Amino acid sequence: MTRPVIEVRGLGKRYRLGTMPGLGRRLVSLLKRSGDMTASDFWALRDVHFDVDEGEVIGVIGRNGAGKSTLLKVLSRITYPTVGQAVIRGRLASLLEVGTGFHPELSGRENIYLNGTILGMRKAEIDRQFDAIVDFSGVERFLDTPVKRYSSGMYVRLAFAVAAHLEPEILVVDEVLAVGDAEFQKKCLGKMSDVARRGRTVLFVSHNMSAVQALTQRCVWLAQGSAVGVGPTPEVVSDYLNSMTGSSTVDVTDAPRDQPHHASRVRLRRISALMPGGFGFPFNDELLFEIELESYAAHSGLRFGLTVRDASGAPVLSSITPPAVSTVDGETSVHQLSLSDTRLAPGSYTVGLSVCAGGAEEGRDLLDVVQDGPMFAVCSIGRQGDQVFNWRPEYGRIVHPSAVVTRLPSRPVEAAA
Amino acid sequence: MSSAITDLDASSPRREVVLRPEGAGRLFDAAELWRYRDLLWRLGLRDIQVRYKQTLLGAGWAVVQPVVMMVVFSLVFGRMLGVATNVKAPYPIFVYAGLLPWTFFTAAVSASSLSLVSNAGMLRKIYFPRLLMPLSAMLAPLADLLIAFVVLGGMMLWYGVDLNWGLMLLPAAVASVVLAAAGVGTLLAALTVSYRDIKHVIPFLIQVWLFVTPVIYPLDLADQWAWLLGLNPMAGPISAFRAMVLGNAIDVWAWMQSIVVSLAVLGLALWMFARSERRFADVV
Repeated sequence: MTRPVIEVRGLGKRYRLGTMPGLGRRLVSLLKRSGDMTASDFWALRDVHFDVDEGEVIGVIGRNGAGKSTLLKVLSRITYPTVGQAVIRGRLASLLEVGTGFHPELSGRENIYLNGTILGMRKAEIDRQFDAIVDFSGVERFLDTPVKRYSSGMYVRLAFAVAAHLEPEILVVDEVLAVGDAEFQKKCLGKMSDVARRGRTVLFVSHNMSAVQALTQRCVWLAQGSAVGVGPTPEVVSDYLNSMTGSSTVDVTDAPRDQPHHASRVRLRRISALMPGGFGFPFNDELLFEIELESYAAHSGLRFGLTVRDASGAPVLSSITPPAVSTVDGETSVHQLSLSDTRLAPGSYTVGLSVCAGGAEEGRDLLDVVQDGPMFAVCSIGRQGDQVFNWRPEYGRIVHPSAVVTRLPSRPVEAAA
Repeated sequence: MSSAITDLDASSPRREVVLRPEGAGRLFDAAELWRYRDLLWRLGLRDIQVRYKQTLLGAGWAVVQPVVMMVVFSLVFGRMLGVATNVKAPYPIFVYAGLLPWTFFTAAVSASSLSLVSNAGMLRKIYFPRLLMPLSAMLAPLADLLIAFVVLGGMMLWYGVDLNWGLMLLPAAVASVVLAAAGVGTLLAALTVSYRDIKHVIPFLIQVWLFVTPVIYPLDLADQWAWLLGLNPMAGPISAFRAMVLGNAIDVWAWMQSIVVSLAVLGLALWMFARSERRFADVV
């Protein structure tokens, strides 16, 4: 089997915006005696080329609206290309289709058969997998209850159980990491690596760069409908991230200051959180900030103080840089500040920043303080594929890496005598 | 589970699909439809299962509509307007035997034509031959037709209609009614995707159609206009159906004429469907 499983050649998809196509338009323009019904064209995909080999796990990345979903729609035959062609060799199934065709009035049992058939399973196949599906879903007690009475969790579990027992030759996973609860995401990832381990092909579409890096070997990067990068994941992802290092930026030039003398010698102007992909820092990745400083005098030996607060406003950590920052009178300077190994739990945070001169001996001299800097997020998946699932606020804000258990010598239980 | 997978691999060789702007370039792919027969059946079964959930009468509703229509028509046309004098059978059974295929036809046509729009969610998410949608929508009305046959049997006993050999041909008459409904339903389904006006046209169309179809009156009432009625894909099948039930002579000429028209309509419908099929997911 040397031929690729998916072959995409010059694929393009055009959508017409705004007007009614076909007979309707012709009639209307006839009635109006004018041909001014111009449709504006929108190319959701243009001239896309790539191959996917058997057993490959390939990532599709790009911003919202780059054409990822359109590509999937074309490959899964929901819509047709406008130009070019694609060849699919083998049965393709998508985890997008979880629960497609579920009917609320039908029982769990009836829906397993209906949904399984819609997903392309034969009756004999469903019969054979039925017990496994029911086990996996954990809803056996409600098998004969209409699914409209199911809790949403049960509903999703049942739907996923059916999809998980599909045996596609090509599996398409689209953004499932973004929906559903953590448990569900874990199952999806599990199913994916399961399918990949069996040597089947997986097409993984995601915004989550950490997951893409952990799970795929090659990537297709789409931008405005074109495949601007196809190649090994590390290269494509880093090109992609460089092209769009998203940031959460706050202009603090005119933000209120607590003390009137603040910002009189040095003023904080802008603080940015440089999150890869603009979505958040991967778990335990380096937190990177950019600070713009305006100086009204020459300074040297300045320090930055940084405080991270959680979503409720409680401070989580603070750090003070060495006294190494210097400025020139009348100049604006930009500084990068990074924190590594924070073990910050997934969630969203805000940053507060201060600039000070001096140290412990001569007493610290605060030059400027800004409480409300930019917000940033920490994702649940790290760069090395380590994942933090089901983290809850009551566990705190730090994931401690290395709790140690030591078993002490045991003693027999003393009899009451 | 792993053994099941190897079984599956052995039984299903890799199928190659080429996606091109022009698509398959034919009216319909019979082999593909056959591969998807499970889905056709399952979608029809869904409609049947869902239809009478949480209803009081359940499957009895399949009988209520033709029976009520029969009573009304018997009173209005049979008694007051005296159509009954032209009929060689008790008017209630005459009109009921016409209403059975007619009720199926109207239900099947409206379900088929709306099937793509009402299942838009599925069309946007997954591939299957789109033709399955209007075709499977006819299965539930077909089940209703079978149930309504029970009442027909009762009426035949009541009015003392003899069993005759013509009854053996009923499946053929039903098949020609299904053919007519498939053509009209698929055609309207293809149109409904782009033109939602069709939804408003259907009830009106069906009302008018009833009067140009020999449901409440016999086909031969139309005398010299009978050939024109033959252009109606439902005229021949209904009168043939009724003749089989009542043991009268079957107007084979009118029946065949209607079948030819039905085939032509179906051909047109498949052509229209194939043309608009490509745009379904984008437009629906």
